[in-house]
Amino acid sequence: MRQSIIHWFKYASPQSFYPLAGRMIPWFWAAAAIFGIAGLWISFFVAPTDAQQGEGYRIIFVHVPASWMSMFIYLVMAFWAGLGLALNTRVSGMMAQALAPTGALMAALSLWTGAFWGKPMWGTWWVWDARLTSELILFFLYLGFMALQAAIDDPRRADKAGAILALVGVVNIPIIYFSVKWWNTLHQGSTINLNKAPSMAQTMLWGMLLMALAFWMYSIAVALTRVRAIILERERHTDWVKHALE
Amino acid sequence: MHWNSVGEFFAMGGYALYVWGSFGACLVLMVVEPLLAKRRLSEVRETLARERLADELDHQSGSS
Repeated sequence: MRQSIIHWFKYASPQSFYPLAGRMIPWFWAAAAIFGIAGLWISFFVAPTDAQQGEGYRIIFVHVPASWMSMFIYLVMAFWAGLGLALNTRVSGMMAQALAPTGALMAALSLWTGAFWGKPMWGTWWVWDARLTSELILFFLYLGFMALQAAIDDPRRADKAGAILALVGVVNIPIIYFSVKWWNTLHQGSTINLNKAPSMAQTMLWGMLLMALAFWMYSIAVALTRVRAIILERERHTDWVKHALE
Repeated sequence: MHWNSVGEFFAMGGYALYVWGSFGACLVLMVVEPLLAKRRLSEVRETLARERLADELDHQSGSS
């Protein structure tokens, strides 16, 4: 028991997490490539043409994964930020900081692909409805988190301020998720529901899930690369960094 | 496979702008972001290597 706790805390130190992350990154890239190729193949060559939306619906294969990841990364970021606030572990704050730009990118892609889907189907790039507006707020939360951290010189204090912002912002995630139920919105309801069969063809569902996995693996690979840079930036005056780069 | 020609594939049934505009944006950002992250890592490594070299030179000139 005691030993397993020690084992887990071992990787909570930047010193052992830095090389571990370096070893994991190529595997996540490989997984992202495999899922991405399979997902794109299904997206364009296996999934049938939609009866109502023709070929235009194929935007779903990037729109839904980007939207899912934008919300999921926020939860993971808030989790790490909260953990850092509670336990004062160094790597937690660095993980939160490393995830924010990738989350912002996913939110931006979700909005962008949504606009490119909305234009042909609804006749407008943008409407101020609940789903779209709450996703836009998510994008601003990421930007606010990054700007707040960048504005505070002391990294530990930046972590704490960022953590509070991230935790308060979590309230926005259920709002995005349930917005299509709670309000009348132009945005369609969720295609995948936990308590009923998905309202789409099996092959479309597989394409979407594979693309979501590719986006997920991509996010981990990029965040780990960025966290390595952050570790070195913050720990540059420690002995282990001086020895690690020999 | 339901495309009869390459041209038909790129036309996307009249939705070319929207489909390729979406997939293209994803491709561009998802290529640029990892490159920026890698550059940030290699930049900090180079800085650290320079600092180390400076320390060593300091040390040598100090001891002689």
